[in-house]
Amino acid sequence: MTTTNPPAAVVPPLQKKSTAAGRVRQKLSSRVATVIAIVIALFWTIPTFGLLISSFRPANDIKTTGWWTFFSDPQLTLENYNEVLFGGSASSGQLAGYFINSLVITIPAVLFPMAICSLAAYALAWIDFKGRDWVYIMIFALQIVPLQMALVPLLRFFSQGTEIFGIQLTPAWGLSDTGLFIQVWFAHTCFALPFGVYLLHNFISELPRDIMEAARVDGANHPKIFRSIVLPLITPALASYGIFQFLWVWNDLLVALIFASGGGRDTQPMTVRLAELAGTRGNEWQRLTSGAFVSMVVPLIVFLSLQRYFVRGLLAGSVKG
Amino acid sequence: MNFDLADHADKFLMLGGGLIAFVVLVGGLLLVLDVIPTKLAERRTVRLAAAVEAGTPIKAGRSREGWLALGFLLPAVLLLAIGLIFPAIRTTLLSFRNKDSSEWAGFDNYTWMFAQPDIRQVLFNTLIWVLVVPTLATAIGLLYAIMVDKARGEAVAKALIFLPMAISFVGASIIWKFVYAYRSGDQEQIGLLNQIVVWLGGEPQQWLLEQGYKLNTLLLIVILIWIQAGFAMVILSAAIKAIPAEIVEAARIDGTNAWQMFWRVTLPAIRPAVIVVVITITIGTLKVFDIVRTMTNGNYETSVIANEMYNQSFRYGETGHGSALAVFLFVLVIPIVIFQIRNIRKQRSEA
Repeated sequence: MTTTNPPAAVVPPLQKKSTAAGRVRQKLSSRVATVIAIVIALFWTIPTFGLLISSFRPANDIKTTGWWTFFSDPQLTLENYNEVLFGGSASSGQLAGYFINSLVITIPAVLFPMAICSLAAYALAWIDFKGRDWVYIMIFALQIVPLQMALVPLLRFFSQGTEIFGIQLTPAWGLSDTGLFIQVWFAHTCFALPFGVYLLHNFISELPRDIMEAARVDGANHPKIFRSIVLPLITPALASYGIFQFLWVWNDLLVALIFASGGGRDTQPMTVRLAELAGTRGNEWQRLTSGAFVSMVVPLIVFLSLQRYFVRGLLAGSVKG
Repeated sequence: MNFDLADHADKFLMLGGGLIAFVVLVGGLLLVLDVIPTKLAERRTVRLAAAVEAGTPIKAGRSREGWLALGFLLPAVLLLAIGLIFPAIRTTLLSFRNKDSSEWAGFDNYTWMFAQPDIRQVLFNTLIWVLVVPTLATAIGLLYAIMVDKARGEAVAKALIFLPMAISFVGASIIWKFVYAYRSGDQEQIGLLNQIVVWLGGEPQQWLLEQGYKLNTLLLIVILIWIQAGFAMVILSAAIKAIPAEIVEAARIDGTNAWQMFWRVTLPAIRPAVIVVVITITIGTLKVFDIVRTMTNGNYETSVIANEMYNQSFRYGETGHGSALAVFLFVLVIPIVIFQIRNIRKQRSEA
């Protein structure tokens, strides 16, 4: 890039720069464009909005009238939330307990991959060793292996141990009840690695070489450089990976069904419980609507407050690939 | 109120244990990596000094870096081996074994897959998903990105489309199950779709049971499009904003109309991004599971490969069948990835 050509971001925002899309939009007469955009936006928000309104309506109203009647007959209650979170009967959601399970599953299942991936990504980017490119390509390629390929054997690894030609290589883990959290963390961590290493490698390998070399000259070894130079510099990248992993684990159903279900209500996360409610009590809309929102609150807060990092990670993770 | 935090104490104990394990394992690893090389470096200095004194040539040590790298990589490589590589190999082997994996079964599981009408139905459904979701999600995302580009309130408009990405597939399924909810004709409708039908003078339908023209499958597909369009929109919007202004100006001076501008300027410029979006969504769509399971549990001819794989392996105990379906899923992903790699190579050589 020549010095006379400043990168787009440096162009002062006041100067109205036209983009191709902007021109297409303008020429389509912005009225048509606005209508199309509004129709799409409505289609994308009304379903959620309907569910949100319903979750605050009395149970009987939800089941007998459409949520749009709320506008002519507004009735609000928090009873659905109270019931779905803390209700005592087996048929109510009892979501408070499942909420805790989701938290207990998610926190370590986000921290472990963040640490392991950043260590690996650092080694692959800045430590010179034989076969480095091959290791990186291997890890990168593992992104395409569907989870489904790993489920049965990994479950057996936990419950029966590994045996090759009659020799027991690893013992069965024999986990039960809340101990099952360990195998959920383990499974989530394994599955998170290929994408995590790839995403963080994209960021870490672009750190300026000068800084690294200056640190080496000053006598800092790799662990020191990693801790005191790399980690602070890649905090935004870690944040975006952390959000990805958080959303993935919090919203996951498949891994939880297989590795957390043995513990029943002691270990199952909210997604499993909600799927169950949707299946067996598909018409108890007062519980489904409020339950769905209880499960959405945390990811929505995380997402809205850290959206910037999420988008940056999304762009780094998919376009450069 | 029937909730007592004390009942959940052992969960928090587990969480505490997990966090302590995290600190100990990661901290311990960094400590070991820090201490051992320092010790080795000290010894090497001594050795070098001795070598200089004796006048023998000094060997450059690169292997030390190799060991250090191994330390950094060890946790990742170990977990990948245990959690993905060996299981994937094992699943491939299991796909050639019988129901309870006790005997070899040749290609039986694969012939079963293509011979069984139910399973052929499942494969066909997956094909519909894979054809429709990436196309429509990308098209809608692109259209929306263009329509709101540089418009007032762009950020808010984008966030609206983008929000479904934050919620779980289960949550999204419940949202749409409510839209599709059915009450018989003599009752008031509670589902929006049926209410619209009634307002237009039609009869309410049990949408999820409607198998004609694969209507129920298409209604499930709407949910995934609803989730994925935001992803397409964000990536494509960024690509659109990266088109150099000079090109746009040049095209404008040449007097291109909006239609030409889109097909001759915008689309060619963002083509790489479009391909990435389509491929990413395609791979995600192939593995769709949560939506089908929550909405219909695969009944009424709506099942897809990932759902059937779960049922065969974990509900019917048909490990051979389940493994064969998993392998088939993997095989379907491979050509897409090869296409992607070739594409990147081509771009690099052009650049």
